[in-house]
Amino acid sequence: MELNDIVAQAESAIAAATTPQELDAVRVEYMGKKGLLTEQLKSLGKLSAEERPAAGQAINVAKQQVQQAINARNEALKQAQLAEKLAAERIDVTLPGRRSAVGGFHPVTQTIQRIEQFFGDLGFRVVEGPEVEDDFHNFDALNIPANHPARADHDTFYFTPTTMLRTQTSGVQIRTMETEQPPLRIISPGRVYRNDYDQTHTPMFHQVEGLMVDTDVSFTQLKGILEDFLVNFFEESLEVRFRPSYFPFTEPSAEVDVRRKDGQWLEVLGCGMVHPKVLQAVGIDSEKYTGFAFGMGVERLTMLRYGVNDLRAFFENDVRFLKQFN
Amino acid sequence: MKFSEKWLRSWVNPALDQIGLAEQLSMAGLEVDDVAPVAPAFNNVVVGEVIKCWQHPDADKLQVTEVDIGADEPATIVCGAPNCRTGLKVAVATIGAVLPGDFKIKKAKLRGQPSNGMLCSNAELGLNDDHDGIIELPADAPVGMDYREYLELNDATFDVDLTPNRADCLGLRGIAREVGVLNRLTVNEPEIAAVAATHDGQRAIVLDAPAACPRYLGRVVRNVDVTAATPLWLRERLRRSGIRAIDPVVDVTNYVLLELGHPMHAFDNDKLQGSVHVRMAQQGEKLTLLDGNEVTLDGDILVIADEQQALAMAGIFGGEGSGVTTSSRDIFLESAFFAPDAIAGRARRFGLHTDASHRYERGVDPELQRTAMERATQLILEICGGEAGPIVEAKDERHLPQPTHVQLRAARLSKVLGITIADTEVSEILERLGFNVTVTEQGWDVIVPTFRFDIAIEEDLIEEVARVYGYHRIEAAAPAASLRMVPRKEAQLPVSKLKQLLIDRGYQEAITYSFVDPKHQALLFDDAAALTLPFPISVEMSSMRVSLWPGLIGAVAHNQKRQQQSLAFVETGLRFLPQDKAENGVAQQPMIAGIRAGKAHTEHWQEGERAVDFYDIKGDVEALLARTGEAHAFTFTADSHPALHPGQSAGIFKNGKCVGHVGAIHPQFEKKLGLNGRTFVFELELAAIQPKVLPQARAISRFPSIRRDLAIVVPTQLAAGEILKAIENIGVNHLVDLNLFDVYEGAGVADGYRSLALSLTLQHPERTLEDHEINTAVKAVVEMLTNEFGATLRE
Repeated sequence: MELNDIVAQAESAIAAATTPQELDAVRVEYMGKKGLLTEQLKSLGKLSAEERPAAGQAINVAKQQVQQAINARNEALKQAQLAEKLAAERIDVTLPGRRSAVGGFHPVTQTIQRIEQFFGDLGFRVVEGPEVEDDFHNFDALNIPANHPARADHDTFYFTPTTMLRTQTSGVQIRTMETEQPPLRIISPGRVYRNDYDQTHTPMFHQVEGLMVDTDVSFTQLKGILEDFLVNFFEESLEVRFRPSYFPFTEPSAEVDVRRKDGQWLEVLGCGMVHPKVLQAVGIDSEKYTGFAFGMGVERLTMLRYGVNDLRAFFENDVRFLKQFN
Repeated sequence: MKFSEKWLRSWVNPALDQIGLAEQLSMAGLEVDDVAPVAPAFNNVVVGEVIKCWQHPDADKLQVTEVDIGADEPATIVCGAPNCRTGLKVAVATIGAVLPGDFKIKKAKLRGQPSNGMLCSNAELGLNDDHDGIIELPADAPVGMDYREYLELNDATFDVDLTPNRADCLGLRGIAREVGVLNRLTVNEPEIAAVAATHDGQRAIVLDAPAACPRYLGRVVRNVDVTAATPLWLRERLRRSGIRAIDPVVDVTNYVLLELGHPMHAFDNDKLQGSVHVRMAQQGEKLTLLDGNEVTLDGDILVIADEQQALAMAGIFGGEGSGVTTSSRDIFLESAFFAPDAIAGRARRFGLHTDASHRYERGVDPELQRTAMERATQLILEICGGEAGPIVEAKDERHLPQPTHVQLRAARLSKVLGITIADTEVSEILERLGFNVTVTEQGWDVIVPTFRFDIAIEEDLIEEVARVYGYHRIEAAAPAASLRMVPRKEAQLPVSKLKQLLIDRGYQEAITYSFVDPKHQALLFDDAAALTLPFPISVEMSSMRVSLWPGLIGAVAHNQKRQQQSLAFVETGLRFLPQDKAENGVAQQPMIAGIRAGKAHTEHWQEGERAVDFYDIKGDVEALLARTGEAHAFTFTADSHPALHPGQSAGIFKNGKCVGHVGAIHPQFEKKLGLNGRTFVFELELAAIQPKVLPQARAISRFPSIRRDLAIVVPTQLAAGEILKAIENIGVNHLVDLNLFDVYEGAGVADGYRSLALSLTLQHPERTLEDHEINTAVKAVVEMLTNEFGATLRE
């Protein structure tokens, strides 16, 4: 048989092989020890010395050609096999994954965390205090002596005439100043209690109290930090106004309003310069040091920020309400 | 403090509209809460005169009238009011009138009689809730005049929410003064002339408690007609200030209270015996108040007394026995200065709050008593007739407030405010406020007028200057401070991080009330005493929580009632344990607690669904404990807890001390607590899990680890935890991991026994372990398990 015919025959056999086994059989038939092409090499001896090199080269070319065809076919067969396997492993990727539920922080906590972050970045330390408080820390030290009319405004939950649920987080100011000297920068978030329960009041709510005492703390700075805070808290450049007010433990005092989208002013916090009597009562030199303090209602800020209409929703813990904030 | 805008403008009339005026007051610290019309909208109501009035032929309670309404013809109107009579001037809603509530007046027939209009009561015009008959107008009311115009009803009531320091504005005079200051306007105060005495009748006054009452003025007014009618203008001013007209004497004292901010009281002079004494009550002394209630007084209550008995709680409430009635003829008027300290808090002690106590406990001008007395006398004489006696004044100069001197330093003003206000402007502001100002080298020497009794220290003046200068004019500046880092303790886990872990595991943070239902709490914690609120919002909110569980259980129950099936909540906060030695008698401990109920996860197409169980919540707790970096310091021990299922509860111990519990709520409580099905809870003291062990790094081994599995058979009641602990405790060489990976009971294992499959992972830090080392280690474990627990190896 002519070499060309053998190659042609081999190539068609290779193309016809559909499995690696079949292909291997073809390889043996042509390239094996007794294969057709191998046999051709053996026949070289019958040729003259002049003919031998050319004939030998031709056979080698033929062998290479066949080997390449085998390799190519082999690769194609492997690919086909893999493709088949992958096709068999196909799944519906749109079916739901194995989900584990993820919860979330209560919206009040989220607001507290944001406030802590804003002031923490400015070097304010978070300090907490007891919720069952004595009249010294909740009232007297804050310049609200017994019988002061401001006490009547507090709707206090008393246990005894001298112990109560704290009505404000301001007592933490006192506890801090009792043990530390200026410079002081603290904020104090927490639960406070008033004996009042209706559409706009819950008997428990949250306040964040802030205090800064240093040698050069002034009312302009109080305005500066609170305007800065409100603009950052609401992430819009809203109108803020400071309105003179009265708190026994600050002077001058102010209430701070923000202008809502409907044009109405809404009170969001109270503040002022720490009353000299408060500083003196805890042994801080009120000539050398001045300070400002502010207090804000966390629920009120949360309601404004996220459009919550009913204060009471915060304490019902209905998951359908809470999950909106996850 | 409520007042009529027109009344204010009759004293001082700034060029501001209603909104501008309200805004100006608010921005000066007198917060205007509300501006409301003094009357709702109505129209076509005119002044009329009843010219004829006769009985309705077919109705006992009706009368038919002819009313002159200033038109060509009188109107025929049927009226049901008993006080309707000929000659009466009335308010007539004419045909076409629209009254409040969109009530249209049309021609009508009442029991066959035509009626062309309506005679109005105050309630029908929305002026107050007085339904007792039609309005009776003074005889000089001009017939045909529009009623709104006649009463000047196009007016507004300003409601100012005054802070406790501004008691000087608890009268129109103070508000007007403030408006004058803000607008640089002079205030036109009404002339209050002294009323000359026309008889000598007087009553001696004795100040027995001069510190509490250093000034008391009394005056006898004789032959007063208390049945006289209070004039309409005065009644209207009271009404627009939210005060109801009673009788002319009370109306006048109330009027003076509103006008000058000074409370007064009137006694029936015939009911007083001898001198008037202003003294402290005797402990246990009884007094029947004007509202008919008898109170038992304490020794720190100031009273007005005669020689027989206490007559009134000074500055708070009058007594029934000595009050003015319509039959009184001679009255004794009181105008006194009571020290705020002597009044403050007393009314509240008796559950009282009166216009007088509200002012006296905040303070009144100690120089205003005579003016108030003259004003009241003048009005009473005008309305009720009578003759005034001389004013008797008892005073004790030693106890009267002295003029206050306050220094204001320019440097301090700048330091506190952070801006510099021109000296001339400061002087001008102080003078406008009515202060007597002397410029000194350092600033200003200020004498405060008696009506600004709230001003005592330099900061008070700084606030006044800032307020009148305008807070809006004070610029905002960023605070300056020495940069100092805030300490952040790495070895203290933030609560938020612990909560975050549970949130990532599916928990929703809850915030529940710190006071809970004592019934629920007693059910769960039978032996625990709780702090109780004596005056709670409701009984269900009266017991301070001794655990966060009652609140969380409430949250689960609330949601289960709303078809929520898979619930997990976490809460952090204080629990309150009564403890004698603790500050204020209560230990306030920060806790973290969780609750899970319903499904362990949402139903999944491949995983199906299953109910949450003990090991779900225990896994959550273990994850929390792992955060501490010393999970091995904690152990779970089967432990009973009154709230929990006896077979599914564990105490959580840290180094032998109980720091929390985990388990299933006792099934017998489920229904009582409103729970639907098995509910699992845990609670831990935050103080126990916040400390975190800082890592001390060790080199990791580069050599292979070897795992050997053991299956042992032990009695079922033997706690697996003890076996694991024992293996850890014998100190197997190079043991780096121990895991219990299978528990089996059933065929092949005897009843009462179970098989536990354990894996031991061994690794040497510096070389590959030899077989004999591994075998020795495993053998040691097996021997220990055999000896200690009677364990056998499972074939």
